[in-house]
Amino acid sequence: MDLNLLLLATVDGLSYAGSLFLISLGLTLICGVFGVINVAHGSLYAFGGYSAASLLAWLLPHTSSTPVLVASLFVAAAVVGGCLGALLERSLLRHFQDRDPVLQLLVTFAVFMVLEDVQRMVWGATPVNAGDLATRLGTTELLGVTFMNYQLLFIPGVALVAYAGLQLLLRHSTAGRQIVAVIHHREVATALGINAARIGTLTFALAGALGALGGALSVPMTSFVPGLGAEMIVTSFAVIATAGLGQVTGALVAAVLIGMARSLAVYTLPELEVVMPYLMMVAVLLVRPHGLFSATAARRI
Amino acid sequence: MRTPISPVAVALAVLLVLAAGWAWPWSRMPIITFLCFGLAALGLTVLMRAGQVSFGHAMYAAVGGYATAFAVRAFPGIDGLAAAAAGVLASLAAGALVAAFVSRYRGIFFGMLNLGLSMVLFSLAGKLYAWTGGTDGLRFERPPLLGVAMERGQFELAMLVLALSLAVGIAWMVQRYFDSCAGQVMLAIRTNETRLEYIGLSARSVLAQGYVLSAGLVGLAGALLALVQSLVTPESGYWIRSGEYVFIAILGGSGHAIGAFLGAAVFELIKLAAAAWFTDAWQILLGATLIAVIFFAPQGIVGWRRRAPKPAQPTPAAQEAR
Repeated sequence: MDLNLLLLATVDGLSYAGSLFLISLGLTLICGVFGVINVAHGSLYAFGGYSAASLLAWLLPHTSSTPVLVASLFVAAAVVGGCLGALLERSLLRHFQDRDPVLQLLVTFAVFMVLEDVQRMVWGATPVNAGDLATRLGTTELLGVTFMNYQLLFIPGVALVAYAGLQLLLRHSTAGRQIVAVIHHREVATALGINAARIGTLTFALAGALGALGGALSVPMTSFVPGLGAEMIVTSFAVIATAGLGQVTGALVAAVLIGMARSLAVYTLPELEVVMPYLMMVAVLLVRPHGLFSATAARRI
Repeated sequence: MRTPISPVAVALAVLLVLAAGWAWPWSRMPIITFLCFGLAALGLTVLMRAGQVSFGHAMYAAVGGYATAFAVRAFPGIDGLAAAAAGVLASLAAGALVAAFVSRYRGIFFGMLNLGLSMVLFSLAGKLYAWTGGTDGLRFERPPLLGVAMERGQFELAMLVLALSLAVGIAWMVQRYFDSCAGQVMLAIRTNETRLEYIGLSARSVLAQGYVLSAGLVGLAGALLALVQSLVTPESGYWIRSGEYVFIAILGGSGHAIGAFLGAAVFELIKLAAAAWFTDAWQILLGATLIAVIFFAPQGIVGWRRRAPKPAQPTPAAQEAR
């Protein structure tokens, strides 16, 4: 394998890891606060991508300023993902909170089925993308290979900013510290006067926006078709299981590992491309049954 | 805990299904699908009694289906029953292999590992074109049943009888298993595994047994479905299909083996109704039903029929405080 190919694979892998990380971040946050894997998160990713594409298509005749178009990606993601996430928690998951986690997971699976049909009704089955936004950001030449800035700098940059921003939020803001407290122990946090229900809605809105952002950022790079949300959610399951549930830094490491493994497979063993994330996950879980970065939990008798 | 299921009711249902299959040839495929989904969901019910949900069990349906297809293609003229038996054996073997390490995991990780393995298998089935025929699947000649080569209509009727008798017999045996010591230990895994280990029982080996049983049941369903369609596709192992099996198991409830079949019947009826009236929105219908069932009848059809919702079980923490 020559150096150029390695470079190509690395950049591809990092940009894929970027959007994968954004989705996994939302998933792992929800998992931390609620102890539930939110299958409907895959639909939020798809909704983010589709609505960003629609917004871009609507904006393009009116403006040609690239910053506005780029900003519209974030706006679409924040509005659609945030609202949908909060709505999901308020109207549905809140009523299932003290049920068996397995049943809660199935509720999100049901929501996923519903949203998948809604998405098909709204945007149809034809592939949707917004390719020209990616070319607008220009190209960079690196060691003789030309890369799109969008892929090389923008997506990984946004992912890193999201990571840093979330860490800052969780460590230094009141709301963030309340989220951490609820993750640690819900009952004690409530006893200390934290409004756990409000934190729940906030987490869902934040996670939804992150998931939708992952979709919005990938729509200039990939064509959205029905079923993509399902594929993405399963891959990001693999990321958070590899990382250990509820681990933010772990999710970053696991997303990079899985993104790189996948893109290396694309260039060397294309048959294994789709399988790589699961092979990584199975390999990690066999050695560390609770993921790479899991904290040890006390044994309750 | 045991619900008396009236043999008369079961006999009536069996006769009704047979009569429907006899009278309306178009109803044979949906009925066979319903019985196979019931068998597969029964496999998930076995695990659900231990509180474990696998989001990858459809892989055993794929293993069963592909093994059946390989058997028919490798030995032309092989009997359909022998081919299906090959499918069940293959899925039992695969289940035993996977159970050896999956039985260490609980909860979400148990589900995720199964999901991961099933995705690996699904992708390989789609990619290894030379062996599996890729995403188009593997088509094979319709094998004879009990030495008799049959026309399509006859074959479907024979398969219906076969699936029905297998379903009744196996449901009875699985219910016996539920009532046995091993089956009761599975319930205890859900309640409190640590205490189980203190009594000196290995939760791991009991769960592994249950896992192999469930793999065999799903494999049988996959083998029968492949046989009746003369086709097996990677889709039969996709995780959405696993989700449907879980859905049926939840819908039916894990209180009794009959639950899986009641759930499968409702599921198939919803699918038929949706195909007739809401072609674009059948997933919406399924999703809404699932939410309603979980909200109003978390014990499934079996639990709902049996008793009014009883007061919440004391949580392990509350028991500990006593």
